[in-house]
Amino acid sequence: MSAVDMIQFNADVMASTPEIALGCGAMALLLGGVFAGDKWSGLVTWGCVALLCGVAALVLTTGEGRVLAFGGTFIVDPFARFAKLVVLAGSVNAMLMSLDYLRDEKLTRFEYPVLVTLATLGMLTMISANDLIVLYVGLELQSLALYVLASFARDNARSSEAGLKYFVLGALSSGMLLYGASLVYGFSGTTNFAGIAQVITQSGVPLGLMIGIVFVLAGLAFKVSAVPFHMWTPDVYEGSPTPVTAFFAAAAKVAAMALFLRVVFGPFAAAEKEWFQIVTFLSIASMLWGALAAIGQTNIKRLMAYSSIGHMGYALIGFAAGTQSGVQGVLIYLVIYLAMTVGTFLCILMMRRDGKAVEDIADLSGLSRRDPTTAYLLAILMFSLIGIPPLAGFWGKWFVFLAAIQSGLYFLAVIGFVASVVGAFYYLRIIKVMFFDEPALPFEKSLGNVNSALLAASCAFVVFFVVMPAPLIEAASAAAKSLFP
Amino acid sequence: MLLATIAFYLFSTVLIAAALLVVSARNPVHSVLFLILAFFNAAALFVLLGAEFLAMVLIVVYVGAVAVLFLFVVMMLDIDFAELRRDALSYVPIGLAVGAVLLGELVLVGGSWAIAPGATGVAANPTPAGVTNTEALGRILYTTYVHVFQEAGMVLLVAMIGAIVLTLRHRAGVKRQNAAAQIGRTRKQAVELRKVRPGEGL
Repeated sequence: MSAVDMIQFNADVMASTPEIALGCGAMALLLGGVFAGDKWSGLVTWGCVALLCGVAALVLTTGEGRVLAFGGTFIVDPFARFAKLVVLAGSVNAMLMSLDYLRDEKLTRFEYPVLVTLATLGMLTMISANDLIVLYVGLELQSLALYVLASFARDNARSSEAGLKYFVLGALSSGMLLYGASLVYGFSGTTNFAGIAQVITQSGVPLGLMIGIVFVLAGLAFKVSAVPFHMWTPDVYEGSPTPVTAFFAAAAKVAAMALFLRVVFGPFAAAEKEWFQIVTFLSIASMLWGALAAIGQTNIKRLMAYSSIGHMGYALIGFAAGTQSGVQGVLIYLVIYLAMTVGTFLCILMMRRDGKAVEDIADLSGLSRRDPTTAYLLAILMFSLIGIPPLAGFWGKWFVFLAAIQSGLYFLAVIGFVASVVGAFYYLRIIKVMFFDEPALPFEKSLGNVNSALLAASCAFVVFFVVMPAPLIEAASAAAKSLFP
Repeated sequence: MLLATIAFYLFSTVLIAAALLVVSARNPVHSVLFLILAFFNAAALFVLLGAEFLAMVLIVVYVGAVAVLFLFVVMMLDIDFAELRRDALSYVPIGLAVGAVLLGELVLVGGSWAIAPGATGVAANPTPAGVTNTEALGRILYTTYVHVFQEAGMVLLVAMIGAIVLTLRHRAGVKRQNAAAQIGRTRKQAVELRKVRPGEGL
């Protein structure tokens, strides 16, 4: 290796420090867990939390602006940094939520935090992917860890079912994505995003490339669970252990959305006419189906699954807008959605009776008389999920709808508004059950200190976002700008 | 040139013959051995094409791992392959039909093959001149794609952890071998002298 290569290689390693630290840290903690045994899994969990926080600090401090590494296959730009921080926040939350839950369910095993950490490594790689190969490897690392996490409660039939279902359908979607990627490579001659963009700009979109784009987008739509690729979501959300579901809804969705944004506005930017129809269809179908199918649900985790489908539909409006303000809207939406969904899952975590988790909406009845604080916090989160001003959920929708209107997509904004109103029904039903129904038996205990603090933080974010929105909006704006060089 | 042509026909003839024997041999162990022969000849064809890395990988991965795995499965599992193969002949017509369809599709694809005009200029890694292809692959695998290479290792690690998480059970009451305890046993712990009276059991 010549001196020039060496310097380049050092620069490459510098750019990927967060990933390297995360990978090495995960392996070290795995070793520690193997030697110490499950008794010390709490310590491993805290070790992983510290590791993720350290990695977040590294993400913040390494590199300025846009850095291309490893021969242009790996990209670190403000967009990647923003998305990585959001994903890391989601992972830390999944880790902290698990502490009490796994103990109560007698699932305490040190592999849980290690698998969450490794899934996070896959997500960070996806976000920084600037090449189809990197995209695929990152996606598989994330997915494989998530399949295992979904069936982590292996003695529970529903959890095993969730894992198996997720695995089979995930393998199918990976296959579609891979097939699309091979077509894209075959018709453009390169796997590099910049190279693909160059080919499309120079010679348009031949039919084969078009089919490739469709398959790649279908694979990604599966990962963000957009209708019609959503079938796995309710079953997997319902069956998985609750902290894992929160991890799916928060971190995994954000990472997949970030990857979706990168692919759509990176290599396929010049093919906007082609993907616009696909994204618009996904968006409309997700919003409507997310709102309508949730109405009949009685299980709150299934309800949250449909809610997440609907929210991904709203976020996809920002894609369809195809502008910088659209991307900014999506990023803001994702952060706000993360906060709301984390808060809601913390409330679900508290629903335990007779040593078992209960998940029916009816179990919440009369919560306002049994536990007014939680009832009010959950009500705030529900109002925010509906999008009632001045709560954060309203502003998330505001920014994507605004971007759609600026791009002249009035019909999307109108459908989004209608779907929000329909969706309001089932969120309001939860509030009605909590405040106006006869009290059910009380839950056995309130949340632990860590989870209470998390719940308070997410509610505070939802309520006070309107007071100080500038930091998030500016960060999202800078991140969105870097996608449009 | 002539030598290469002779070698090509030799290897391909043996390859096709071996492949036919894989499906037609009565003894499954013979089938696997013919499969290994087929792999070796395919590897030799790769060498003739100048793709020596691919040839070596074919031998290391397919002969070294996959074929040996097959052999283990064939020898350890009690599967009556002769029974399975009895009806194989009745599938020949449909097999030929599917093969014909695939061939037709391949001809169609080959006939209408076209590459996007801009594609040739942006190939990520054109083969460099004056370097063997093993070296060229090594150069990009350990520089440009080193993080993908490492991450693929992480994927395997996750697969391993996953298999353990989902299947390993520490059951109570399982008798495990403990060499120290077995060696440390004294005569007193193991043997007892009893007097047995005539006409009575213990």
